[in-house]
Amino acid sequence: MAPAAPKSGDAIFASVDRVNAELFTLTYGAIVRQLLTDLEEVEEVNKQLDQMGYNIGVRLVDEFLAKSNVSRCVEFRETAEVIAKVGFKMFLGVTASVTNWDTEGTTCSLILEDNPLVDFVELPDTCQGLYYCNILSGVVRGALEMVSMKTEVTWLRDMLKGDDVFELQVKLLKQIPEEYPYKDDE
Amino acid sequence: MQFFGGSEISPSPPAPAASGNNAHMLYIFNRNGVCLLYREWNRPLKTLSSQQDHKLMFGLLFSLKSLTAKMDPTSVEKGNLGVPQLPGQGCSFHSFRTNTYKLSFMETPSGIKIILVTHPRTSDLRDSLKYIYNLYVEYVVKNPLYSPGTPIRYELFNKAVDQYVRGLG
Repeated sequence: MAPAAPKSGDAIFASVDRVNAELFTLTYGAIVRQLLTDLEEVEEVNKQLDQMGYNIGVRLVDEFLAKSNVSRCVEFRETAEVIAKVGFKMFLGVTASVTNWDTEGTTCSLILEDNPLVDFVELPDTCQGLYYCNILSGVVRGALEMVSMKTEVTWLRDMLKGDDVFELQVKLLKQIPEEYPYKDDE
Repeated sequence: MQFFGGSEISPSPPAPAASGNNAHMLYIFNRNGVCLLYREWNRPLKTLSSQQDHKLMFGLLFSLKSLTAKMDPTSVEKGNLGVPQLPGQGCSFHSFRTNTYKLSFMETPSGIKIILVTHPRTSDLRDSLKYIYNLYVEYVVKNPLYSPGTPIRYELFNKAVDQYVRGLG
């Protein structure tokens, strides 16, 4: 019934409403700056960005499913491909690539060469521990949790810290099947 | 208000047919069994309280999904009956018909279940259910004041759904 290969995100990206890229970058930058001013601790800011991303992710997944029409992925490899090719394209306008699969197929890396969030950004010395794009890790974690996958998402490489690409490691912890929510005696 | 940008990806609504409301009820559940929305247009017979009715409906679908997946003659792997499945996995039934009504069902991988009960001669409603899912995304999910997992109380969404369902043949 459903096609096996993930569809390209280009068609969907072309059809959704788009926002000016600079507005998006500058708005995100303003959010991070404000968080740094309010929270002062870089670790706290990282945590807060992740939480914000999580809240975005749980809603974003429904929009993604509605617009992209993908059916349930059979295995985690397919999930990672769909996120990289369709998901990132649809919402950020850039495609990621999937590499570094481990032997069990539960951990992989998403490589982003181009990231609209970090245009014009340079990290000062006082914020060297800051994961500027931590919102993305929260988004991926939140979205996957809504499709029954508990994951751990961390940054391995960060262009703002001198690396050549952004590398996001996604590790599948477990799949949570649906449980009958009502007690049996009612 | 034009959303979807007229793309061919999301299904355009089927052309409105005869007037009058052909649908009886609509339910939207989330993965935890919370009834997010219940709309009723034409239901002369009500035997249970709303709470029991929702639980019954959710339980029915849960069991039906499990049963249809286990009885699938083309599937290679079969767990035991009663083992919980991931939403959207395996084959899923999409409608059943009796002599007085037809129940159409759609479940997304995120666990959102949409059920529409109509008169028995309705044609396949899968595209319509997808359109209602799109409406849910636009009016409810994107609303920053909505907390996911709570019942939906937005007039705008209710009106949009009513209007769409009224146009179904």
